[in-house]
Amino acid sequence: MKSDRSLQALIPLLLLLAVLLPAAGWGISVPDSIILNKNGALYDQISFDHARHIRVTKECSDCHHHTTGTLVEDPNCIRCHRNSGPSQTVSCRGCHTPDPFSAKSLRDKDHAPKTYHLDKPGLKGAMHQSCVGCHTKSKKGPTTCTGCHPRSAAGDAFYNTGEYAPKPKAGKSGH
Amino acid sequence: MKRRDFLKVCLAGGAAATFGGACGTARAGGSFEGYPDGMGVLVDTTRCIGCRSCEAACNKEQKMPEPKKPFDDMSVFNQPRRTDETALTVVNRYEVKESSRGQMYRKQQCNHCNEPACLTSCFVNAYTKTREGAVIYNGDICVGCRNCMIACPFNIPGYSYSSAFNPLVKKCIFCYDTRLKYGKPPACVDICPQEALTFGHRKDLIKTAHERIRETPDRYYDHVYGEKEVGGTGWLYISSVSPDQLAMDTSLGNEPIISNVKEFLGTVPMVLSIWPALFSGIHLLATRNKDHHDNDTSTHTPGQEDGTP
Ligand code: SF4
Ligand code: SF4
Repeated sequence: MKSDRSLQALIPLLLLLAVLLPAAGWGISVPDSIILNKNGALYDQISFDHARHIRVTKECSDCHHHTTGTLVEDPNCIRCHRNSGPSQTVSCRGCHTPDPFSAKSLRDKDHAPKTYHLDKPGLKGAMHQSCVGCHTKSKKGPTTCTGCHPRSAAGDAFYNTGEYAPKPKAGKSGH
Repeated sequence: MKRRDFLKVCLAGGAAATFGGACGTARAGGSFEGYPDGMGVLVDTTRCIGCRSCEAACNKEQKMPEPKKPFDDMSVFNQPRRTDETALTVVNRYEVKESSRGQMYRKQQCNHCNEPACLTSCFVNAYTKTREGAVIYNGDICVGCRNCMIACPFNIPGYSYSSAFNPLVKKCIFCYDTRLKYGKPPACVDICPQEALTFGHRKDLIKTAHERIRETPDRYYDHVYGEKEVGGTGWLYISSVSPDQLAMDTSLGNEPIISNVKEFLGTVPMVLSIWPALFSGIHLLATRNKDHHDNDTSTHTPGQEDGTP
């Protein structure tokens, strides 16, 4: 199987959230759909139906924590964000970095030991935890990889599946 | 006889033959904190969804052979698996009573111990604990005695028999050559969609782990596996259930494995002290190696495992 380093380098599935302007007064710019996984190599990009998720979730805070100014219930958040109001930054990528474990990210953490949100997941982790977590808990919506994003040909090769699935070896009988 | 017990006998035999029991200078076990800048990974099993992406990433990064089954084939979870010469990391599924989900997954690989038993048991010094925290080995030096395989408290090292004349230990090296050395996280951490794997300085990860438990006590069982076990490991585990429910050995204690024989291992030419015991051990092992493989390879002799008749 070919081992493709350049492909590996792309793996931090740069989940580039398309627009979602980090604007105050966020009400102006709530997108109906967002392109996710724009530069992904193993999985295709998808159009996330934001409008539908707004309809089916109870509160914006289900995904956006305290940033939209709606009430948060998590006792850990309330300590600081009971009355903090809407934030400048609402988009996922506005806070969750695509490369949480790069040397630079780790150095930044080292230099800001007093920061409260030191253990903040990266963009890919934050989104998957949020999506898979809610889909699992509510028993609604896909929870498998390809349930949300179709795998690309490069992805099939990477996971040794589909066209690239291991062929049964001739002569290795007796199993 | 269990593998670990076997090693103890091996070593004790060698020691007794040479010193007549003069090796009682046990070190203060568990006091070594690893290199101060040592890196590690915190495995949060509450986040793992068993997608096996980490296995696929490891397979490609380390240029391992084609797997028997696709990496999106979840039927592999029907049998517990261990790491071997074809898979340096495996994810297993566990049926857990207390968990609301009923099923949990745990990735396993070399834990990159602070005081690696593989390293101390290797009499040709093929192993190195690097400043970055990785436990790596030099395949050119390895003579294939499989001491490390027996010594490892987590049953990690596997053996490649692709050449009958050059058997070679195989285990996770923390992607040292291609990533860690350059300050990059290992391939499994990079790909994990759930960020179930957190890469960072070991000392920070311990704080992170305790902080997660403190902030969300309902989510976690209050134990950081690997903080103290066998003198501390670079890879750490937290979970919503007690470690034994995810098949983590809770009987290992906090002393580094074979720390009590380490001193003479360092000062006495190993050739003299353990070879007699070792030779009988190698023979015993050579006839027992099927223990370390899946059932479906147990009918093959080592020479046949690469598929060549
Ligand atoms: S887990 Fe086993 S192989 Fe890895 S460093 Fe520890 S003793 Fe060595
Ligand atoms: S990639 Fe992450 S979520 Fe998937 S099996 Fe591995 S540790 Fe679990």
